[in-house]
Amino acid sequence: MFDYDPVLYSRYLTELTLAFHIIFATIGVGVPVMIALAEWTGIRRNDRYYSLLARRWARGFVITVAIGVVTGTAIGLQLSLLWPSFMEIAGQAIALPLFMETFAFFVEAIFLGIYLYTWDRFKPKKHLMLLIPVAIGASASAFFITTVNAFMNTPQGFTLENGVITNVDPLAAMFNPSTPTKVSHVLASAYMTSAFILAAIAAFSLLRGKGDRLYAKKALKLTMTAGLVFALATAAIGDLSGKFLAEYQPEKLAAAEWHFETQEKAPLLFGGILTEDNEVKYAIKIPYALSILAGGTPGYEVKGLDQIDDELEPPLYVHYFFDGMVAIGSFTILAALVYLWMSRRKRAAKPLPRWLLRTIVACGPLSMLGIWLGWFYAEVGRQPWILRGYMKVADAATTSMHVDKMLLLFCLLYLILAFTAVKVLSKLFRNNDVADELIAFGVLEKRGPLK
Amino acid sequence: MSIELLGITVLWIFLFGYLIVASIDFGAGFFSYYSVITGNKNITHRIIERYLSPVWEVTNVFLIFFYIGLVGFFPETARYYGTALLVPGSIALILLAFRGSYYAFSTYGSKDNKWYMLIYGATGLLIPAALSTVLAISEGGIILENAGTITLDWSALFGSVYTWSVVLLAIVSVLYISAMFLSYYAHKARDEAAFEIVRGYALFWSIPTILASVLAFFAISKHNPEHFANMLDLSWMFVLSFLFFLIAVYSVWKKRNLGLAFVAVILQFGFAFFGYGASHLPYILYPYISIHENFTNQTMGAALVTAFIAGLLILVPSLVLLMRLFLFDASYVQGKSDKKG
Repeated sequence: MFDYDPVLYSRYLTELTLAFHIIFATIGVGVPVMIALAEWTGIRRNDRYYSLLARRWARGFVITVAIGVVTGTAIGLQLSLLWPSFMEIAGQAIALPLFMETFAFFVEAIFLGIYLYTWDRFKPKKHLMLLIPVAIGASASAFFITTVNAFMNTPQGFTLENGVITNVDPLAAMFNPSTPTKVSHVLASAYMTSAFILAAIAAFSLLRGKGDRLYAKKALKLTMTAGLVFALATAAIGDLSGKFLAEYQPEKLAAAEWHFETQEKAPLLFGGILTEDNEVKYAIKIPYALSILAGGTPGYEVKGLDQIDDELEPPLYVHYFFDGMVAIGSFTILAALVYLWMSRRKRAAKPLPRWLLRTIVACGPLSMLGIWLGWFYAEVGRQPWILRGYMKVADAATTSMHVDKMLLLFCLLYLILAFTAVKVLSKLFRNNDVADELIAFGVLEKRGPLK
Repeated sequence: MSIELLGITVLWIFLFGYLIVASIDFGAGFFSYYSVITGNKNITHRIIERYLSPVWEVTNVFLIFFYIGLVGFFPETARYYGTALLVPGSIALILLAFRGSYYAFSTYGSKDNKWYMLIYGATGLLIPAALSTVLAISEGGIILENAGTITLDWSALFGSVYTWSVVLLAIVSVLYISAMFLSYYAHKARDEAAFEIVRGYALFWSIPTILASVLAFFAISKHNPEHFANMLDLSWMFVLSFLFFLIAVYSVWKKRNLGLAFVAVILQFGFAFFGYGASHLPYILYPYISIHENFTNQTMGAALVTAFIAGLLILVPSLVLLMRLFLFDASYVQGKSDKKG
């Protein structure tokens, strides 16, 4: 079907592993924060419902952590197996954040083990304290690994002379111009996505009408409120990212916006399709919006693709990724606002309408899709570079003849893992009824549970 | 001590840490599955699970730490090993992925699923076999460089007696180390029935372990005579290793001082492992990568060492806390205090 090309297959395999890993990595970063929120609320309000929430989330969380760990190990080693020449430079210039990421991961692993097995060995407050290193460790490893990715977008902190790296400044490499917006966008969107996924679970159980309603309603309130806060933060940082791109990676922004000619008062295009001779059709045009996104004022001059060498131009289909990500972000903010308004007005009276619950269920997978689209945009948008301005993807890939076979093997692995994970997770929650657990917890009386 | 020697020593210590904790973990997974098919599940499975559950994730980090540190301190290892090891590395990764996730599925999800246990029990023996081949590769003659192209010579890899002796040694050591640890743990838990079973495993696997060690010695003298000569210069380390082996096995035989016996196991492997490592120097990959010529730039080397010291300040107290809560807490070990929520 395809001619064998190690560069292409290395890209596919890396994409596949990252796309699979990112699901569990996002959950791994965001869910500990949500568990901590639930436990803390439970202690503060002396409400055992929230404590049970924390316990049940933690139980499912372990399964996802396991897959996150193994796929994280896979991508870590694949970096060397598939991109050996890149890793040689990375080892010279950015080994520091890679190294520190493993320390953060160590701390998270140790305290997660302790947290999971000491529910009744410590007082609730002390037990909650154990989650702090877990959450910090998870977010810190996201921080460090994202600085590595930021470095690939805006490399600095070294000089390259005839293929030899000199004058290395590890901190400058780590805190490159991309780092602030990238790290904060990654963290906020991970918290947001985890909140919406947990909200989707609560909304789903309300829709099915099984389990304890009060429990699910409390879960929904907590997750949707947190989801709104994190989604707003994600959007605000997204705006800053636009300004960053305009200054440091204009080709990425221009490709996302199909912005061909450098101009002031640039309009923003939403949706639409691109014809063969690069004409945009059916797009919604918002006047001045791109200049405002890129520079803060309508008069800002946005660099167009006319200023970029043809062979250094990113693929133009990234427009769809960008629009999809923004659309999903806006949609979830809207859904969360509607939910808060509806649940306030009809407080304790009528149950929430089914269409709203269905919308909230959709928000979970949609946010994850948003994460994917965002990463695809960020990564494909810097083609053809692996280190922007220094090393092209084609020069970094392995020369091995077997990448295609490995791609098949890993495909198979992820399919099996995904299948079993879904099976195990759904079984886990089916076999542990909330009402039974509330009784065991001493919150509800036996028989006639509160509705 | 030069900074590159410090770097490789740190990495070797972490690899040794991985060797010990992973052996316990891999072997325990196998024994766990074995106990299910032989109908002893009720006796040994619980004690194994009680130890493994809180620490499985930590085990994995030791390996990642070693790998990231290796690329960080010696970036050229990425190009040589990375290019040559695509296939064996991917296979090891797939095995690790299966084991890690099916451990979690089996422990936290479907408790009585025999298939899940089979997958994590079987991969527990295949992973050390796969990983240990890297030791053989590092001896040279298997990764070849011709005009800038790096290739792995499969027939040299599988045709070498040394490869097979290392694989054999890895598998039997995993079972031996694990059984020795479980004997200590079961004894501490005052679980007589479990202790009798795992003690049997420990004594049974001690003989193949020592035979495989001798075989590996013989094989390396053929494969890399230069390395073997260096090993002879450090022969006192291997003699000490053998003495600790005798102490460990004798204590378990006599059912006395089980804690000390396990310390002796650590020392037995420690002396052999560090003796092997020290005599391998200065090469990381014979004859292409040596610690002196292929060390990272000085700035990064210093930054990594600083980060390492700062990291240890967090890591050591955390590990001590973990061990005090689950390894040295009598009521937890005996299963009196609670399990997970």
